[in-house]
Amino acid sequence: MPIPFPFSAVVAQEEMKRSLLIAAIDPSIGGVLVFGDRGTGKSTAIRGLAALLPKMRAVDCVYNCDPEAGDDALCAECRTKRAKAPLKSRMVPVPVVDLPLGATEDRVIGALDLERALTKGEKAFEPGLLARAHRGFLYIDEVNLLEDHLVDSLLDVAASGENLVEREGLSIRHPARFVLVGSGNPEEGELRPQLQDRFGLSVEVKTPQDLPTRMKVVRLRDEFERDPPAFVQKWKRQDGKVRSQIQKARDFLPTVEVPDATLEQAGRLCIKLGTDGLRGELTLIRAARAFAALKGDDMVLDAHLVQVAASALRHRLRRDPLDESGSTSRVQRAVGELFGE
Amino acid sequence: MSSPAAMPAESEPERPHGEAGVSRWEDAVLAAALMSVDPVGTGGVALRSLAGPVRDQWLTIMRDLQPPGTPMRRIPLHVSDGRLLGGLDLAATLSAGRPVAERGLLVEANGGIVELAMAERIGAGTAARLTMAFDSGEVVLERDGLAMRSPARFAVVALDEGVGDDEGLLNALLDRLAFHQDLTLIRVHEAVACDYDADEILAARALLPAIDVSDAQIEALCSTALALGIPSLRASIFAARAACAAAALDGRTEVTDEDLAVAGRLVLAPRATMLPPMEQPPDEPPPPEPEEPDQEQDKGEDQQEPKELEDQVLEAAKAAIPADLLAQLQLGKLRRSRARATGKAGAVQNAPLRGRPAGVLRGEPRAGLRLNVVETLRAAAPWQRLRREEVARFGGESNRIEIRQDDFRITRFKHRSETTTIFVVDASGSSALHRLAEAKGAVELLLADCYVRRDRVALVAFRGQFAEVLLPPTRSLVRAKRSLASLPGGGGTPLASGIDLGMMLADSVKRRGGTPILIIMTDGRANVARDGTGGRARANEDALSAARLVRSVEITSLVIDTSPRPQQQGRDLAVEMGARYLPLPHADATSLSHAVRAAG
Repeated sequence: MPIPFPFSAVVAQEEMKRSLLIAAIDPSIGGVLVFGDRGTGKSTAIRGLAALLPKMRAVDCVYNCDPEAGDDALCAECRTKRAKAPLKSRMVPVPVVDLPLGATEDRVIGALDLERALTKGEKAFEPGLLARAHRGFLYIDEVNLLEDHLVDSLLDVAASGENLVEREGLSIRHPARFVLVGSGNPEEGELRPQLQDRFGLSVEVKTPQDLPTRMKVVRLRDEFERDPPAFVQKWKRQDGKVRSQIQKARDFLPTVEVPDATLEQAGRLCIKLGTDGLRGELTLIRAARAFAALKGDDMVLDAHLVQVAASALRHRLRRDPLDESGSTSRVQRAVGELFGE
Repeated sequence: MSSPAAMPAESEPERPHGEAGVSRWEDAVLAAALMSVDPVGTGGVALRSLAGPVRDQWLTIMRDLQPPGTPMRRIPLHVSDGRLLGGLDLAATLSAGRPVAERGLLVEANGGIVELAMAERIGAGTAARLTMAFDSGEVVLERDGLAMRSPARFAVVALDEGVGDDEGLLNALLDRLAFHQDLTLIRVHEAVACDYDADEILAARALLPAIDVSDAQIEALCSTALALGIPSLRASIFAARAACAAAALDGRTEVTDEDLAVAGRLVLAPRATMLPPMEQPPDEPPPPEPEEPDQEQDKGEDQQEPKELEDQVLEAAKAAIPADLLAQLQLGKLRRSRARATGKAGAVQNAPLRGRPAGVLRGEPRAGLRLNVVETLRAAAPWQRLRREEVARFGGESNRIEIRQDDFRITRFKHRSETTTIFVVDASGSSALHRLAEAKGAVELLLADCYVRRDRVALVAFRGQFAEVLLPPTRSLVRAKRSLASLPGGGGTPLASGIDLGMMLADSVKRRGGTPILIIMTDGRANVARDGTGGRARANEDALSAARLVRSVEITSLVIDTSPRPQQQGRDLAVEMGARYLPLPHADATSLSHAVRAAG
């Protein structure tokens, strides 16, 4: 596997990096969508983050079940086992699974194990990518080019947290909770609104236009291409810092308070923007809380809301395709009016 | 962006460009050499040229430059996913009795060169699969019950046979290739042999890791990119790699100014979207410069060098920018999004193969139906032991997979017929200006509605003597709105031409398996006939006959009467067309979109 570019060496793109960290701290936020210019380090940042995530405790089963989880979040096998004895577990890297374009449905949702069926005549289930991504990340590059029928299966699973397979005489149900990370370039096609809505945060990335930043990007990239292992070694400490920051924030997260005043402001902001449903508000609060945890603050304040508002809400505005001002500026305007910034 | 389209024959014969009069051909050969020195670092070459002796010569040179044993693969336009990425090897699977994977073209090309045939027509999907392998240096395969990662580091030579401004490589692809070369203007006799050979390339490769670019040089490349209005950062990264490769090719470990000039000429110049201003025009704000002013000052004093360097690179780049670029930039023609057209005509012929795969059916692969190999194998799998025993009972012996007719599975395609709403808008003088504005407003509302339903829209306008397609079928609402907003009003009313053109569009949508809806917005007062001549009577007659044609081919249509008071002409037109008739005063947003929906 090629060596990924270190996350901490990704220059600029603060909103993207912050959003990815937030999703890593609180997976219930529902993933990150990164849309924007070519060559802005979208895939680079995501692969880099995957490489530095702290390990997790998991049962040695295909689904990486959480030994601490409730019965309904376990796979059938683990459930049966736990009824008899406590589950054995070990520390494993957080799975980051690529859903490549051109993937076929059998590999995504799982299917009859062809190898075993052909050689032994056994009917066994071969788990797909959704199983492998359980408790981790499912990364789709060029998400807007994903074939429709794959998007359909994905939406269903992402919403329910479990994958139901009914094919080739198999009937299998297994847990599949993952952080969906998608990236793409809007020029190559629009994203289905249903899929867009599934993402907790959405980020728009643009190519930096100032000389020093651009020089830094070119310099670091050049250095990396020249000798990837040495470059990674050089950034190891920085990456390690980010890793422990994530770990600390996760531990700290449950203790972060959300005062009523902040809740009220979040509600006002959503009403002002006319976001549909409560999902926007919920994501806004969660993202602000994870962000506070990341910064080591024990209380969510307006400042945190302001920082994450655009990422949490811009893709939830009722879309007016003819409004050229763009949803980002609409969010910023509303934030400005409400928080007086 | 590759160099702008140039008309081959009539342009001046040999145009030396670059400071030392380096010819286009020499540059094209140099690009081949630099790509060979650092295939992964530079990504490859976008080669714009029609097929012919010049391109053949370039390809021969490029291939000869590759060290022995370099894998070379050519990817045809309609390569299947299985062949491109890898998949199940049917023959091997059947004889081995267990799944055997087959490597795809991209994996086979690892460490070598991929040639993309007719790259201007490559689909967004194929391009995305390619760029993904490109970016990650590997092919991640999740297909046909197989999951594999295989290294795939290669350079791409994209053969762009596009003609004109609208045809060319997808930006996603173009952005990832360091060199954009245009062979269009090169005559056969200019395409001479090349001075480099494979040994030199190998020597340069050995030298490459030792070569470094200084901060001042990076600054020069980055600021040149900014001055030329190149948004993507990949260009600057490529320029740095190209400069290193140029140094290596010359047997040096130091990057010199000449190397930077080469990078500027070959990598940056073809991507220019603007020419740097000679001096800052007084009334225009300077480009955004987020640096602090004092920092700027520092730079001026301490680092004289980058500035000078930048000027040199810029000069080299500017010299390489073809003269007609300026004209094109001024016309604002460059960089507009290109209408994509992939060769879909072949696929349309076989209806069962169209649409998205929606499960499999038991059945025989007959003409037009495609056997789903993997599903067939899955169906056969559970019976293997039984069947082998059965074969053995009759004295046979078999390790192969026993497939019976019963196992055959074919892929079923669900055909989602896509609706394309074609707006034919009357922009003539008789549609008084405020009515045109209202019509535009109505179209905008309908557009928003189409957006929600993910329909495609197309826009035809008629005024003066003829009709024109303002916007070919697209899903981009922003584009639709933009072309609508820029639609001027005034002139005659060539209604027949408008209907004809709308119907032609509708017909082509239909032939591609889509569902067209034709919406004509007019006051019905035609005064220009089909041949562009004036005269109310003829014009009206032509319009009615065009309308009858629409009815005869059974295209769903709607006439929206934009005259201040509903006119008989509009009603007549609708009757002849077999269309629904809606006068605009009553056609508020809701009833309009209801009408369109009902029509669909």
